[in-house]
Amino acid sequence: MSVLQMQRFSICAMKKDRKAILEELQSLGVLEVDTSVIEGETLEKMDTVSQKQLFERTAALADQALEVLAEYEPEKTSMLSSLEGKVLIEKEAYQKMVDNKEAFLQCANELTALSKEIAESKAAIVRLETQLETLTPWLELDVPISYSGTRRTAVIIGSIGKPMTLEEIYTGIAERNESIAMMDIQIFSESGSQTCIAAICMKEDGQALEDALRALGFSRPTQAFHATPAEQKIRLEKEMAGQRIVMERTESKIRGLAKNREKLKLFSDYYRVRAQKYDVLGALPQSRRTFLISGYVPAKDSAKLKEHLTGRYDLNVDIEEVPADEEIPILLKNGKLSGSVEGVVGSYGLPTRYEVDPSKVMSIFYIFFFGLMLSDAGYGLVMFLGCAVLLKKYPRMSEGMSKSLRMFMYCGLSTVGWGILFGGYFGDAIQIVADVFFGVQVTIKPVWFAPLDDPMRLLIYSMLFGLIHLFVGLGVKGYMYLKDKHYLDFFCDVVLWFAFLIGLVMMLLPSQMFASISQMNFDFSPALNTLAKGLAIAGAVGLLLMSGRSSKNPILRLALGAYDLYNVTGWLSDVLSYSRLLALGLATGVIASVMNQMGSMGGSGVFGVIMYILVFIVGHVFNMAINILGAYVHTNRLQYVEFFGKFYEGGGRKFAPFKAITNYVEVKEDN
Amino acid sequence: MNGIVWALLGAASAVILAGCGSAYGVGVAGQAASGVVSEDPAQFAKVLLLQLLPGTQGIYGLLVAFITLSKIGLLGGTVADISMETGLLIFAACLPIGIVGLISAINQGKTSVAAVGIVAKKPDQFGKAMLFPAMVETYAILALLMSILAVNAIQV
Repeated sequence: MSVLQMQRFSICAMKKDRKAILEELQSLGVLEVDTSVIEGETLEKMDTVSQKQLFERTAALADQALEVLAEYEPEKTSMLSSLEGKVLIEKEAYQKMVDNKEAFLQCANELTALSKEIAESKAAIVRLETQLETLTPWLELDVPISYSGTRRTAVIIGSIGKPMTLEEIYTGIAERNESIAMMDIQIFSESGSQTCIAAICMKEDGQALEDALRALGFSRPTQAFHATPAEQKIRLEKEMAGQRIVMERTESKIRGLAKNREKLKLFSDYYRVRAQKYDVLGALPQSRRTFLISGYVPAKDSAKLKEHLTGRYDLNVDIEEVPADEEIPILLKNGKLSGSVEGVVGSYGLPTRYEVDPSKVMSIFYIFFFGLMLSDAGYGLVMFLGCAVLLKKYPRMSEGMSKSLRMFMYCGLSTVGWGILFGGYFGDAIQIVADVFFGVQVTIKPVWFAPLDDPMRLLIYSMLFGLIHLFVGLGVKGYMYLKDKHYLDFFCDVVLWFAFLIGLVMMLLPSQMFASISQMNFDFSPALNTLAKGLAIAGAVGLLLMSGRSSKNPILRLALGAYDLYNVTGWLSDVLSYSRLLALGLATGVIASVMNQMGSMGGSGVFGVIMYILVFIVGHVFNMAINILGAYVHTNRLQYVEFFGKFYEGGGRKFAPFKAITNYVEVKEDN
Repeated sequence: MNGIVWALLGAASAVILAGCGSAYGVGVAGQAASGVVSEDPAQFAKVLLLQLLPGTQGIYGLLVAFITLSKIGLLGGTVADISMETGLLIFAACLPIGIVGLISAINQGKTSVAAVGIVAKKPDQFGKAMLFPAMVETYAILALLMSILAVNAIQV
């Protein structure tokens, strides 16, 4: 349970070792570089931006090439492949790739060029298709569209932008020009938007006819070629087929390059890592012969790192404590159980360096409450086994993933426990199966009690668990005050609240109202009753007087105290909020028995058995999914809102050491 | 009129009202979630969880209806002889989850839409995004609790 202590680690070394030291640090990955504190007029920073960008571009190029490969030759991946983690690569294989990096750069370039060729072919095919489409109305024409006539005649070919009959065209021409003596007009095709025609007349009438036609909305076609449309069509189709062949050939070329996929991944990561290195390099202050690095190192690692570096290079290391007012990056250190909930803490906000890491306390309550909300031994077992198998099968999954799975594994165990206590095994599956298929009446006695038979009892217990949870939260707040030696705050904000609340609870317990709700009778001795009253009054008065102690004005101080006292309603609503433990627990059990009952409606024959099995699988998977989601969301809520509300703010920055951050592979270190 | 009609009406209204609310909530959240997935398919699992959150009210309604039905003996076995008064009592007991379920699911759906927006812009803030819709659900849970306790307490 702790936020790791950080130390400032500063290195001053010779420039000639710069590359080696940086690579060493990057592969160790324990130092978060922060050179903002180093000052000095003679120190200069190197401009590495252009180099860094070059590396980033190269990595991006390789990524692009990999995308091209994925498009034309997809990798076979299973649904769970995201759990497998990055591929582990031997150092020799990595070195071999680095030695041949020019070849892979060429390969990446080739792949992107090939994909560009395919795109061009595709565009060409689309272009040819549109040409073919505009050609369709002219297919019956047996002269080229650009044909203008013989020695004595003029031929006018084109289209009128509206549907027209032959008769309409002739009358239209006659209305506009009566002098054209001989002409013949043919309609080739007519669609809703245009009429394609060819007109023939004497050469001297050509211009007059065209003018008359133009008045009707005639225009010559935009494409002109010197072949008949039918010939042109064959030509276009041939060209299209040619493009298709080119495309196929290019695709098979791409598939041929697929053997380089793994190497390209390495290649991409190599440049990614180099870009990261140059990013740090650009931040380092340097003099003519030396350079400086400074940053945060976890205190437990700093001595080891110093020893490691001084043993290999000629350099000076300086380790200092970080001043109390400086924010440090946060790294949590927890055991297996409490570490598993770090993801939950992280998504609320990491602790700052002045706070306590809540993981350990929270993990216990988290697992406890999750089990109580799901509370079915069958579901718990499925969850536990599922997570355990995945954890075993994919040992190299990402750290965050394995933590979450481990958390759900523990939650599954706790669910099994609560399920046995409440007598839920896939709801009432055993009873139903025994009754319907074997005609035997089985009763499974819950170890504790069945919630549906006595919901009030579990409601009271839920609130009791809630009160304990909240008190622990307040206790952690007290611990933090004590650690920082704020004794007055500890007394006023924690002890007084404890006194007040415990007094109130003790006054409530023997009351008539509580007895009627819970059917539990508490008989306190008069001394105990007096003590309860005393505690409550002392606490209330203390809070009234002390909560506003930051204010000098006595009236304001009392007003602030009264306001703080009003927070007791907040405590009430917080405790009532734990009633969701009961409600969600009941929901799981009742829906599970609905599923069992639905399944058993088919009777006891062969058909009934098949139906029961089908309904059982579908129904319970559905119920499990929806209730695991519910339990997860509401356990988080109880931690975030009720528990953290008592003591925790969060807002720390995650420790981000200088290390090789790769996308695809991980290089095995030979230590 | 026999009391069984009122009792059944109660069970039906729990399912109908809460179910309608959830259908609306899951619907709008699903529309928003589809938008995110069309841009960034990697967020599918996260936005699916957010879409499911307003769906629980419908299940709570079903739950209360089921307890009610088994109480009045409509699920297999003999139908209990229920007086008018008991029927009305059961009807009243079903109202909390029906009405609160309807309204809370609609609002939870809207909150889920906004939470999907958080995931779209900042996928790493999923934990916080999930919390806002969960806040709305509290009231559905309180209503569920009341309905269960009340139906359970009525003697048939």
